[in-house]
Amino acid sequence: MLESVIRELLIKVVGGEWFKDDPESLVSYSYDATPLYQAMPDGVIFPESTQQVSDIVKICSKHRIPVITRGAGSNLCGGTIPLQGGLVVVMTRMNKLLEIDSDNLTATFQTGLNTKQFHLAVERTGLFYPPDPSSMIICTMGGNIALGAGGLRGLKYGTTKDYVLGLEAVLPDGSILRTGGKLVKDAAGYDLTRLLVGSGGTLAILTEATVKLIPKPSYRKAMVAVYDDLHAAARTVSNIIAHHIFPCTLEFMDQPTLQVVEDFAKIGLPVHAKAMLAIEQDGNADDVERDLKQLEEICLASGAVQLNIAKTPEEGAKVMEARRSALAALSRLRPTTILEDATVPRSKIADMVLEVQRIAQKYDVQICTFGHAGDGNLHPTAMTDARDPEEIHRVEQAFAEIFEVAIAMGGTITGEHGVGIVKAPYLEWKVGEAGIKMMKSIKDAIDPHQIMNPGKLFAETRKRIIYQDRTEAVGRTTTQDEEIQTP
Amino acid sequence: MNSTHEKLAQSLKLTLDEDQLTNCMRCGFCQTACPTFIETGLEAASPRGRIALMKAVVDGLMEPDESFRSQMDLCLGCRACEPACPSDVKYGQLIEQTRAAIAAEKPYSMPVRIVRKTFLQGVFPHRRRLKLIGKTLSFYQKSGLQKFARNSGAMKLFPDHLQQLEQALPDVSGDGLEELWSKAGFPYRRETTDSGSGLMVIPAAGDTVGRVGMFRGCIMDVMFAPTNVNTVRLLRQAGFEIVIPEEQVCCGALHAHAGEMGDAKQLAGRNIWAFGEANVDYIASNAGGCGALLKEYDHLMHAEPDERLSQAAVRFADQVKDISELLHNLGRPLEPIHAEAGKDDAAVAVTYQDSCHLRNVMRVQGEPRQLMSQLPGVQLCELQGAEVCCGSAGIYNLTQTEMSTTLLDHKMEHVEATGAKVIVTSNPGCLLQMKWGIERAGLQNGVEAVHLADFLAKQVRIEDQLD
Ligand SMILES: Cc1cc2nc3c(=O)[nH]c(=O)nc-3n(C[C@H](O)[C@H](O)[C@H](O)COP(=O)(O)OP(=O)(O)OC[C@H]3O[C@@H](n4cnc5c(N)ncnc54)[C@H](O)[C@@H]3O)c2cc1C
Ligand code: SF4
Ligand code: SF4
Repeated sequence: MLESVIRELLIKVVGGEWFKDDPESLVSYSYDATPLYQAMPDGVIFPESTQQVSDIVKICSKHRIPVITRGAGSNLCGGTIPLQGGLVVVMTRMNKLLEIDSDNLTATFQTGLNTKQFHLAVERTGLFYPPDPSSMIICTMGGNIALGAGGLRGLKYGTTKDYVLGLEAVLPDGSILRTGGKLVKDAAGYDLTRLLVGSGGTLAILTEATVKLIPKPSYRKAMVAVYDDLHAAARTVSNIIAHHIFPCTLEFMDQPTLQVVEDFAKIGLPVHAKAMLAIEQDGNADDVERDLKQLEEICLASGAVQLNIAKTPEEGAKVMEARRSALAALSRLRPTTILEDATVPRSKIADMVLEVQRIAQKYDVQICTFGHAGDGNLHPTAMTDARDPEEIHRVEQAFAEIFEVAIAMGGTITGEHGVGIVKAPYLEWKVGEAGIKMMKSIKDAIDPHQIMNPGKLFAETRKRIIYQDRTEAVGRTTTQDEEIQTP
Repeated sequence: MNSTHEKLAQSLKLTLDEDQLTNCMRCGFCQTACPTFIETGLEAASPRGRIALMKAVVDGLMEPDESFRSQMDLCLGCRACEPACPSDVKYGQLIEQTRAAIAAEKPYSMPVRIVRKTFLQGVFPHRRRLKLIGKTLSFYQKSGLQKFARNSGAMKLFPDHLQQLEQALPDVSGDGLEELWSKAGFPYRRETTDSGSGLMVIPAAGDTVGRVGMFRGCIMDVMFAPTNVNTVRLLRQAGFEIVIPEEQVCCGALHAHAGEMGDAKQLAGRNIWAFGEANVDYIASNAGGCGALLKEYDHLMHAEPDERLSQAAVRFADQVKDISELLHNLGRPLEPIHAEAGKDDAAVAVTYQDSCHLRNVMRVQGEPRQLMSQLPGVQLCELQGAEVCCGSAGIYNLTQTEMSTTLLDHKMEHVEATGAKVIVTSNPGCLLQMKWGIERAGLQNGVEAVHLADFLAKQVRIEDQLD
């Protein structure tokens, strides 16, 4: 519960209707899409303008109240769980698209804007904003920027971080910062824009953003390649990259994933196949047709047993739409689905698929795999039941080993979902002691009272697991067994 | 904890299906489909939020207080969240279980209680009383009393929304389907089942493609009896033999949605028996709201101790079809009146508002549209947000007037944008709501709302001509 003086102050900023601390509101902002995490805030507030955000943060700063910024609450890293209580700042009222500048090819908007709505508005003007997280029907642009969201088009077009040109943000003392602008080049000092992208609400509340747009490709075509062998599908991905072709989308789904997705979407996916690749290319018609021909050859040479070429763009769009439902559809199988997004250099994707299989067997957990194979970003998803602590423990062990393997291959613990609470214990595995130290000193300098999304990003580092049997498979010579504590 | 809250919490723990609660993985994909979330932007007013609230009560994180109850009441029960959910969470069952627990534990406020009791127990289950209301309405309309009431300002004594609703009421004769059919002199015969109940049997026009039991509905058969007549005319023309079991009763949907499950089951049992005896291939529904519950009789009756009944319920549910499915997928194609007209300016501009339960529960959305768009004299203009509830939702427009009217007014803005002259719907509740919407938006002189069956009956050739 917030003290009544503080309540009064907050209500003065936004009006009584937009501050809530009744039990119903507290419960409904106590979770996001991350399984197993829930914690109650002390209040929820819905600002309408940057000024209001600034006023709110000033109050929280003065009274040392944790501030948890929230978009749509669709993240998978526990990023909006109010671990230490505090005030949830919901950004969805700040959802105005301020400008699409077709001379400079930029768009400027308030960060509570819904990603799908933004896509539609941009595409109406003949322009294109590529980052398309599977959750785009619900998530916000602010959430995408704060977590560096990726999507189905990462291989060719990169992710959110490659598009943000400028930001307006409210810092932990309530001051308002503006970075970058409608500029393709900007070398003025530290790149504060990049620092804030991916900061997950731990440094500032992002209130406005300017992003880069590109011309909309005039032609697109999709195909589906069907495999009766998981590894052949994964090998295809590496072969495609080796041929220097960059399809805009190159998605992988294994059999259990295919089956549940078909159950939901009913578009005639090959449910008897062991794996499937959904491939899409865009650009001008001739180039696309040429690439598609070559892609067909590579798929067949790598062991595809069947190819289905979409007859219309709508048919292709349906496959991609269905693929977006994969994670949620998987929860038809078991009550709890825990997904991670360990990422490896794209040439290693086939090895990684095999490793995931091995690890699943080792810990006796069911892991389904799908994901943005083209950019090395797999989504191994454990099918489990939150009510069975013993099984959950095995799942955790399996994921720890998956992270370990990914890092050993030169990969990372998260490709696009962010660190939040869930991956905080592994962050040091990836960035090392010096990396943690630098990140901490940045955090301490900007947010000395630790009010911005406390409990995220930094945590006690998990002890690394000892294993011998897979060093060969991942081409590592030494096995690490060091216990690293956060400084 | 307050003792009523505690009792409710206990009964929610017992009634709510925990598997369904945990199946929700909180992805939020359902939110953009939910009318109350679209209007409020509040997590608690979304399907994900409501499920989280239910789970919080079951987990003991929260007590089911007033705000919990009103959040559950605010849900339209439109079930748009179900087809949107990749995890296949059966939200409809969860909200039904919640409402049943609330209905059992805590009394509603006086006015709501009176409305609920009068209609749910006193009227809908009793065909004679409904007819009586029909006759009274008819008298009220014909005698000039209606005019008097409207002109004298007597209606002003009622709350605004009731006044407007009153203006939207159709003309009612008090005769139901059977009376109108026989008075019109159309062909039929009477049969008796083995147990002695009566059936009205209407032969197919030409070769018979199937035998269809007609579910006439309770409100439908009083307020919209001519629509029932048109439904039968269309089905007969498409080659179906139509059977109307006399023993059939109200489907029980309003009871089930209000949490009165005992009543709903009793009514279901009577219908399952009546149509079982009639020996039909299909059961035709022309009201999405009724059809959806009929289609879920299997779920409603799955725990019945009498296994024969639960099995019969499965068969019954399987046979239920919306008339648009029967006409489009199973019957002989109907012949348009304006066969040569071509899609010129003379074509009538029509828009279609989905009935939520037809779309989200029976999962029928293409057939009504195709039946209309394949007519040369019709230009179908897709309504933006056609899949979003109009705010009618059973008795929702009487109990949650504010949300209901907000939804309706937004709906009418979209209707105006289509430029359509006719709004076609597939459910009596939606039809009334659309008529009310037309009044509210002041469009009486340009736009009308009609049921799909009435619309089609004017557009295709039918042997039985009404004069
Ligand atoms: C089914 C499903 C599929 C998904 N698919 C993908 C995918 O393909 N690619 C992908 O990258 N992600 C995916 N996600 C994860 C998630 O949707 C993204 O991380 C998304 O960017 C979160 O946006 P949001 O608006 O929901 O943010 P939230 O979940 O509300 O917040 C996310 C984080 O950002 C912070 N934050 C939010 N808004 C602001 C702001 N204005 N200023 C500062 N900090 C802020 C929060 O504090 C939190 O730490 C998926 C999630 C689901 C459930
Ligand atoms: S779409 Fe289904 S699983 Fe996702 S939040 Fe809604 S009900 Fe839950
Ligand atoms: S039934 Fe309708 S109003 Fe209720 S939660 Fe689902 S979509 Fe929302």
